[in-house]
Amino acid sequence: MKQVIELNVNGEPYTVAVNPWQTLNEVLREDINLTGVKIGCGSGDCGACTVLVDGRAVSSCLSLAIEMEGKQIVTVEGMAPSGETLHPIQEAFIEKGAIQCGFCTSGMEISALHLLNHNPSPTDTEIREALSGNLCRCTGYTKIVEAVAVAGQKMKEASERKPS
Amino acid sequence: MRLSHFDYHAPATVEEAIALLQSKGPGARVMAGGTDLLIKMRHAGLKPKAIISVKRIAGLDTIAFDEKRGLIIGAAALLADVANHPDVLKHYPTVAQAARGTANAQVRNMGTVIGNLCNASPSADNAPALLAMGADVRIHGPAGVRTLPLEQFFKGPGVTALEPFEIVTSIHVPTLAPHSGTAYISLSARGKLDCTAVGAGIMLTLKGRVCENLRLFISACGPTPIRARKAEEIIRGKELTVDAMDKAGAEASWETRPITDVRASADYRSKMVAVLTRRVLKQAHESALERL
Repeated sequence: MKQVIELNVNGEPYTVAVNPWQTLNEVLREDINLTGVKIGCGSGDCGACTVLVDGRAVSSCLSLAIEMEGKQIVTVEGMAPSGETLHPIQEAFIEKGAIQCGFCTSGMEISALHLLNHNPSPTDTEIREALSGNLCRCTGYTKIVEAVAVAGQKMKEASERKPS
Repeated sequence: MRLSHFDYHAPATVEEAIALLQSKGPGARVMAGGTDLLIKMRHAGLKPKAIISVKRIAGLDTIAFDEKRGLIIGAAALLADVANHPDVLKHYPTVAQAARGTANAQVRNMGTVIGNLCNASPSADNAPALLAMGADVRIHGPAGVRTLPLEQFFKGPGVTALEPFEIVTSIHVPTLAPHSGTAYISLSARGKLDCTAVGAGIMLTLKGRVCENLRLFISACGPTPIRARKAEEIIRGKELTVDAMDKAGAEASWETRPITDVRASADYRSKMVAVLTRRVLKQAHESALERL
């Protein structure tokens, strides 16, 4: 039996009728058409499906949509601040060549966002720890770690520029 | 792969949850974070008819410490919140460390310490240290509330002492003795993500320089975490020496029953039980000395 839930995705309110067995990943991709959210292993190992739920990075493949009533979701499509095309993390990934096939990128960037929101100047170890639930089979991770460090700098500079 | 179909319930009270378990029968499963249950459904053919979430039950996400009663972790308290809680970090650093070492950041933001215990994997990262500290589980059921030492909770891989329609609602960790030290060390094939292949958790209490008491548990080397009692006896009542640590390590190897699987061979595990026993003894001893 379907149940109607209201949730906020990337700043927009949505009302969706969901079955109890539908995951957040399925609803984001199939009902809300946000296909930047990927599905890899389906068991919380690869991180390709990572989204923010109320500010926390979670695996959308292991989250039931029915539990998302009233939650604030952020996907890769909603990272960029309003009026901007890209988030500093996305800019840094491009500048540093941290993207190859791109399949892990949206999850990587969301995990990086979660890290940088809590820790604006992470060490390399902290970056690697924060991304340890995101697998990349192309890059060897070095460029990604560099991109997150650069993104942290960019975000700090942007927040210093902003009048408070 | 899609999940099989089920009814979903998110009761507001423990009593309601138990009544639901009773009315839905054996096809019902209790779920907290879902990071074990949903994987078993997707990849291991588990098909529950009903899922009963404990996440809406008020107060179950508690993490509370007081000097007299010790630490209480509720059934819905997330691994990430236990790992980062100031009181846990201060008074039970090994509990925080074990929670932080469980799975990855995403899973820690969904999964719970108690879910990790109830899943009853022999390699559960949160079990050895809590066992060593003499934690109790609080269990609600149709007949009321009961308290069970965690040491009596694990019955086999995926099997616990829970009776039908019972739910673990919290775990209670006693206040640690002033001259005690704790440690947990785990090994896995590829660092962060892989399940633990061998783990050792310990609590050691000093009286002067003498190891007055200790509790040592080895994980992933038998159907449940195993208490290495004979190894404990070698250390108990004596000062800790290199020779005693070596003997205790060898004894702990004899006490465990590792198997060969994808994570490690039985032979490797046996050798590592000895190594980890020495390491946790040394580490807990050092931290107990700091608190002397």
